[in-house]
Amino acid sequence: MKAPSFAYSKPQSLAEAFELAEQPGAKVLAGGQSLIPSLNMRLSAPELLVDITGIGSLRGISVEQGVVRIGALTTHAQIERSPEIGRHAPLLAQAVPHIAHPAIRNRGTLGGSIALADPAAEYPACLVALGATIVVAGKDGERLVPAEDFFKGLFEVDLRPGELVMAAEFPALLKDERSVFLELARRHGDYAIIGLAAHKAAETRFVYLGAGATPVFARRASAASTLEDAVSVLDRDIDPPADLYNSSTTKRHLAKVLLARAWNTLTTSH
Amino acid sequence: MEHANDITLTVNGTPVSRRVPARQHLVDFLREELGLTGSHIGCEHGVCGACTVRVNGEIVRGCLMLAVQANGCSVDTIEGLSDSKELAALQKSFHERNALQCGFCTPGMLMAAQDLVNQKSKATREEIRAHISGNYCRCTGYQAIVDAIEEVLNGQG
Repeated sequence: MKAPSFAYSKPQSLAEAFELAEQPGAKVLAGGQSLIPSLNMRLSAPELLVDITGIGSLRGISVEQGVVRIGALTTHAQIERSPEIGRHAPLLAQAVPHIAHPAIRNRGTLGGSIALADPAAEYPACLVALGATIVVAGKDGERLVPAEDFFKGLFEVDLRPGELVMAAEFPALLKDERSVFLELARRHGDYAIIGLAAHKAAETRFVYLGAGATPVFARRASAASTLEDAVSVLDRDIDPPADLYNSSTTKRHLAKVLLARAWNTLTTSH
Repeated sequence: MEHANDITLTVNGTPVSRRVPARQHLVDFLREELGLTGSHIGCEHGVCGACTVRVNGEIVRGCLMLAVQANGCSVDTIEGLSDSKELAALQKSFHERNALQCGFCTPGMLMAAQDLVNQKSKATREEIRAHISGNYCRCTGYQAIVDAIEEVLNGQG
């Protein structure tokens, strides 16, 4: 339960970070709340950890011209406490308390969570529901990737060697738009059995976590005009794999329970 | 090859400089190198909370942070908070309400509880439970722990 040996480097600039992150055997360290357990358990054995937490430009939350931008190194706790997030991105404000525990939220970061892309993680589903753009950059420049395309497979994202997640950007909540985040777990802070990020803007999006290798956008249910229709087509939208404790059938059932709760919240006026 | 880095940090108010293996996590450094064995090591993958310490005023998992990452930081452990009497009220109510049995989780539990006390002047039992949800106790069943924290926060329990 001790990490294997590795070298450690803490670049102070993005240029230096891109250079180091590109080296064979390098792994990027942000908050470390998933990486360090995997090192402690020797599930991962990088040769070099590139600690990017010294790069101040990757921190912070801004809301400008109707766009919310959250820097990659912004911690879960900072998102949880942010009045801007509460006002302009209530979906994330509702999701954060489900992420682990206070001591972990103090260090874990948005960028780390989306770069890892755990299928039970909260942010990836939220960002797909919000129609977010993931800003990534490397020494060849910046790329903007729609969240739907960024999450490619199990722990697989659209990041090339040497590229880092810079930020996530999405439209601020407009008046009359609604969001709801729901998650079922056996104990507070545990990995989700299944969860649902629902966002009602010009279009409605129901996006599940814990229901597949990536966030699962339930397109048919999202397009339905009544709850009954949405529930009846959901089985064609999702095919959740069983986990250690819950069968696929159980997860399908729970997905419908969450869909009904979210539907009712989204359609009830303030 | 063992990679090592030089770090300088403040631990319980005292400046400390050491050369540490890159792979050593913070709680191993505190225990092995500085002899501060009040922070316990339970699971070493961030589940149990026994290693909870404070870094720059915020509670963190000592097993999920490398010692080298604490370079330039201010670290507080159960020893520091106990000596400064910051924890005195919680220690007294934990004692009076029998909020510990074997005591293994207690240092981490006190660190998490004090964090809540510092943030809030009042809290519901639900909020107390949510705040200590990352700290496992396998003896008490939590009831007495919640009672003890509630007494300090709300003057009742």
